[in-house]
Amino acid sequence: MIEPTILSRPTYGTLEPRPGRAHLLIADDAGSAAIVDLFARAPADFHESATILSVTKDLSGDEAAALHRLSPATLTACPDMPAMLNTLAGLLAEAGMGVQIYLAGTEPLIGQAMRVVIEAGIDHSAIATEHRGSLARRVQCVHCKGFMDEVTTQPVTCAHCGLSLFVRDHYSRRLAAFQGVCINAEDQSEIVPAEEVFR
Amino acid sequence: MTITFRTETFRDDFTFRNSPAGIRRFPFPFHEDGYMYSVNIEPHRPGAPGSVFEHGFDVDEHYVAEMADRALVLAEDPLRCQALPHMDLASWDYLELVMTTKARDYPELFTLETDGDRWHWTNRPLGIDDRFTFGVTSTLPCPPLEYIGRQTQGDHCLLDQRDNNLWMDAGMVTTQADWSLDFDIGMNFFEWHAPVPLAHEMGVFQRAIKFLTSIPQGQPSRRLNWTLTVNPRLDTSPENYPKWGPDKLTVTPDTIGEKMHLRVELQTFWRLPRSNALVFPIRCYLLRFDDLVTIPKWARRMHRVIRDLPPELVTYKGMSRYHPMLVEWLAAHDDGAPTSPGIFPD
Ligand code: HEM
Repeated sequence: MIEPTILSRPTYGTLEPRPGRAHLLIADDAGSAAIVDLFARAPADFHESATILSVTKDLSGDEAAALHRLSPATLTACPDMPAMLNTLAGLLAEAGMGVQIYLAGTEPLIGQAMRVVIEAGIDHSAIATEHRGSLARRVQCVHCKGFMDEVTTQPVTCAHCGLSLFVRDHYSRRLAAFQGVCINAEDQSEIVPAEEVFR
Repeated sequence: MTITFRTETFRDDFTFRNSPAGIRRFPFPFHEDGYMYSVNIEPHRPGAPGSVFEHGFDVDEHYVAEMADRALVLAEDPLRCQALPHMDLASWDYLELVMTTKARDYPELFTLETDGDRWHWTNRPLGIDDRFTFGVTSTLPCPPLEYIGRQTQGDHCLLDQRDNNLWMDAGMVTTQADWSLDFDIGMNFFEWHAPVPLAHEMGVFQRAIKFLTSIPQGQPSRRLNWTLTVNPRLDTSPENYPKWGPDKLTVTPDTIGEKMHLRVELQTFWRLPRSNALVFPIRCYLLRFDDLVTIPKWARRMHRVIRDLPPELVTYKGMSRYHPMLVEWLAAHDDGAPTSPGIFPD
């Protein structure tokens, strides 16, 4: 469970079936179990109005198979995040009013999918989230503006400009990223060892 | 009153200085011998002649040099000025507010002639003479917020008002105390204030938002905020932290007086007429410690405030590295005499 820290840092809930004519469910591998759990609590005909969109490391892996067994009306698996976000934008352009959105998985998945959903004009109140899996963070370097998708250490070396970055809790929903700020800007001779903290 | 605009820099050789009159009109932010966050908002009424509160938008001896520094920042980092698409109307509102107010308050410096939506703006200190159609961006050399922001001291945030909240949906931010517009744009009042310690728990932001969302047009408000900056550097952005962070190592008991600056933000809040947005100009004033201690009341009070500052604020304001040194230096300028209430020199 991700505990609240500062007010810009998002927190997540538990997916519950909501009334609605159409349901769009988005998950990564870690989040697929949350979708399975949601279906177990949902009315028997829930799958008939469900579209599942997943991003998976293995298109023929266990997670993909588990989602397939749920027999959703539509099931689309994507091999990487950009492909998934593109497909999501397309699905949202087609989706009617009142579609219910469910996002499950790691924070980079939830944050980036959320951004596409909000840009499509869907109201906050129609979006449910559940965090599953690692605490890896998507981080933007405030200095060079480059992004890193799977940050697990504190501090982290910027993959683009090489500065050692302190990963803050300050979070931008627009960028779907936490802020990374140089940890030793005042005295570059201070080397702070990296620790695996976002696991 | 004529203003002699100084030729000076806020980087590299740091030739910024306040004139003796500039020192006396500095908006010292402490009305008593201690400091803690509070909802310190008051009406932005015209103040004493010559003071920074005399006019809605204060223009001072640093105007031309500050605008030159802003141009340098923007040339390196255009993301310091951004407006989400729905903020166009608010940007025009703001341009109008600045032009009408400055032309009224400083007729020798600025002139605005309007004929319907055909406007003619003259800014003599910056050598600008432009005709444009109000509301039509293609008739300006750049978008309206950037245009007026390049001619107005201080940073400027445009806040859209929705859901009983304020959203930072546009801004021109080049003289900030360590926060990023590019990162915070699109956030609401509570999200962009998230990093501030203690104030959330004290209910400061909950009370402030109620006040701000009900500010009527024509009744602006103001507050002062402060921090310390090493060297008279305007651009202390997180983006450029690797450039100004090392300055902190140059602070020693011998250099404090010259290098350490009290940085005060005169923040004002104005409702805009067409967009119903709020504009939040954040005007930055700098005062060298050597100059500050020439005013005995300020010297005494500064020592007491810094000495007793809550540790969370010492950390947040970035002075951990030299806080004890500062207290010691300031103590030598505090004779222990009582101070009078209020911010103005005796
Ligand atoms: C609506 C206009 C306002 C804007 C755009 C604004 C913006 C900001 C920003 C960007 C920060 C820096 C946060 C960070 O990243 O660390 C900040 C700090 C702060 N703000 Fe505001 N603010 C506004 C109004 C207010 C009001 C009305 C109050 C209180 C009554 C307030 C109290 C504070 C305090 C106490 C800090 C910490 C400053 C320090 O200790 O140096 N703000 N503000």
